Order: sequence, then structure tokens, then C-alpha cells
Amino acid sequence: MKRDAWQPVFLPVRRRSRETSDVVTLEFDASDASVAGDAGAGMSAGVGWNGFAAGQFNMLYAFGVGEIPVSLSGDPADPRRIVHTVRGVGPVSRALAAARRGRQIGLRGPYGSRWPLQESLGRDVLIVAGGLGLAPLRPVLLHVLRHRASYGRVALLCGARTPQDLLFRRELDGWRRLPGLQVRVAVDRAGPDWEGDVGVVTRQFAKVRFDPLEAIAMVCGPEIMIRAAALALENLGVEADRVHVSMERNMQCAIGQCGHCQFGPRFVCRDGPVFAYSEVAAMMAIREL
Amino acid sequence: MKTIEDLLRSHPFTEGLDEEILRLIAGCATNVVFEAGSYLFRADGSADRFFLVRHGTVALETFVPGQGPMTFLTVKSGEMLGVTWLVPPYRWAYDARAVELTRAIAFDATCLRDKCEADPHVGYELMKRFVPALVERLHMAQIQIADIYGPGGSK
Repeated sequence: MKRDAWQPVFLPVRRRSRETSDVVTLEFDASDASVAGDAGAGMSAGVGWNGFAAGQFNMLYAFGVGEIPVSLSGDPADPRRIVHTVRGVGPVSRALAAARRGRQIGLRGPYGSRWPLQESLGRDVLIVAGGLGLAPLRPVLLHVLRHRASYGRVALLCGARTPQDLLFRRELDGWRRLPGLQVRVAVDRAGPDWEGDVGVVTRQFAKVRFDPLEAIAMVCGPEIMIRAAALALENLGVEADRVHVSMERNMQCAIGQCGHCQFGPRFVCRDGPVFAYSEVAAMMAIREL
Repeated sequence: MKTIEDLLRSHPFTEGLDEEILRLIAGCATNVVFEAGSYLFRADGSADRFFLVRHGTVALETFVPGQGPMTFLTVKSGEMLGVTWLVPPYRWAYDARAVELTRAIAFDATCLRDKCEADPHVGYELMKRFVPALVERLHMAQIQIADIYGPGGSK
């Protein structure tokens, strides 16, 4: 977004929608970047945002509180909007989640690696999301649906704590009705009015159709769930180099300089956050990392 | 019309099971149907049966005081339901409610236990099918207890 990688561009929140009791989606207009008072700082004329690739993240800065990495959850084919889905769990994320329309938020990015959409062309695709992990995978799904004929069988598998914690619920209902998309949702616990599945999301692999010998899986969620999903996929014949995961670590600078997100020989911010599971599986087993 | 043996043969639980054993345990089995909303069994009731679900969905529920029933697992077509019949004092620990019209094969627990006692090979073949399901559910419970989707992080 900017030539000075450390300095955010301040943009007003244009739209805000509540996803769950503690998760909101914030939308920024990319066109606002051109009037953010720093047109000479490296942005292209009129548009300071040149879009992003599915899997990348921005650093979001709440004035006077701090800065955190947040995945881009919008449509990668729509460079006019910058979309982030934030869960308020700490001081910064709570400040971001509380931001009302018009509130200025600092953004810099996009940073990081991308989901393997090119490598998945012509193959079956499994999109496996746990909790807030659906946010960084939403761009994948939107891309695949936009280019549906270029992919084989596609399955979206979502896990959540309760039915009330499911993200993008209206969209999810729409995705369930699409003929070319297998959607399986499982929650950890539910009341009697829930008619869907209850249990760990990895149980859903047996209920979707895909070719384990050539399918590519993209997995995002808590690390326990990532490991359980990768193990279940491996048992079905999906090799670890065809399972891609999005890692979360203490990213601070986002440009591979501060070292806070060092993960063995890699920096999650610069070399990730998306990795082939075969690259990180051994290190994920090391508790100190 | 399909016999109970035919129904058993088409259920994943009996995959690879010796035909002789299948016929033997079929003698303890009956075909059962549950309307949506009805209960296969209730907590504290006598665990005198176990089920192989053929079609439908069953919600396993525990009652949380002040909150009401909470579903912690759904069991679907092709899966097995109920292991309490194996362990004294044979009392169900949770409710099992049919979420939709559910067809299942029900086994008489006493009949099956007697056959396992009489022929340990039968018991071993059944254990080989129960233990993987139990281990899977134990692993799932580990993950669910960890509340992995709950609020995490410090920023």
C-alpha cells in the first residue's frame, strides 16, 4: 500500500457488519487511500491499494492502542474494497472490533504468502475452516466460485464452537444451495433447535466427495484443529505437501525484520502465513515454537 | 424384502466380518424406526441395546441445568451408537434423540453379551469394531474440551 513499509495509511471504516457477538467485518474503500494525505508516499495515483492475493494480511492500527495483523477476508477480484473480519479478544482487536463507521484505522499491507489457487487448477479443492479461520479462506472460496469451471470438486468444511459462532451466516446459507459446492458444517455443541452436525469438523471429510490422490486442501483454524485435520487427511491419502495451512504467530513488523514471528528458519510474516503442511509439520510439534 | 442379515451386511460396521458371525449376531438384531423428535434412549435408562444407524441423524444430548439439553455429538448413517451396553451397570449416560426420521438396527444387549461370552472370537471381532469408534470419539472429546474455537490471543 505504501512505500514506507512502517507507516500506515489511515482510512475510515465505510461499512461495519456484526458476524457474531465478538466478531465484526470492517470494510474500507480503496479509493479513500488516494485522499489519505500521502499520495506522494508511493501509492499509485488515485488508488493506494492494488488489491491482494487470497491468504495475505494487512497490519491494522487502532489509534493509540496498537497494531495487529488481520487477514483479508474480502473478494480478491474486487480491488475497490478492503475487507477485514476481526474478533475482539485483546486491547487492539477489541478497539478495532468496536470501530464504528467513519472511524479512522491505520492500514499497511498487503503482506505474506498466498493460498495455492494456481496449483489447485483442475484439482479437487477442500477448504477447511475452524472458527475465525473461515475469514482468511473466504477469498479462496470466492475466487474458486468465480472460476468454478477451472476446479474439480469443491468442498467447504466449517467448524465452530456453537451455531451462533458461525461466520458469514447469510453467505453460508447461500453457499449451501450452490450445486457445485459441497458444504459441511459441524459445531462443537448446540441446543436442540440445531439440526446440523455436532462434532469435530474433521469427521466431515468422510462425508464429502474428493479424490485424495490429487486433491489440495487449504486449512485454517486453531493449531490443534490444523494438526487434527492434516492427520485425518493423511489417513485418507492426502499427502502433507498438498495440505496448505495458514499459521498464526506473533507478527509485529510484517516485513521479516523484527523476528517476533520467527518459526524455526522461517518468518511467518514474510515466508507465510500460508505454508505447505509438509514444511511446518515437524516444527508445529515443538512446543517451544 | 431385505432380511435383517441383508441390512447388517450393508452397514459399514460389519465390513469384513465373517459371515458366520454376522448370522450369529443377526439373531440379536431387529430393524427399528424412530420419528423425528423421538428418543432412542434417555439418560439413566437401562442400556439394554445398541444401534447401527442406517439412515437419519441422532443427536446425543446432555442436560445442562439452567440451559436445557445440549447436543455434544451427532451420529449419522453408517455409524454406531451406544457402547454403554458393554460396561456394568449398563445405564445410559446421555439422551439420544432422532433429529429426523431415523432407521437403525437395534441389538439386544443381553443376547449379544451372552454370545460374546460363549465365543470370545465373536467378542473380539466386535471389539475390533467398537474400539476404533471409541478412540475416535475420545480424540474428538479431547478437542471439544479444549474449546479451541473460543476466544484466544492477547491482542
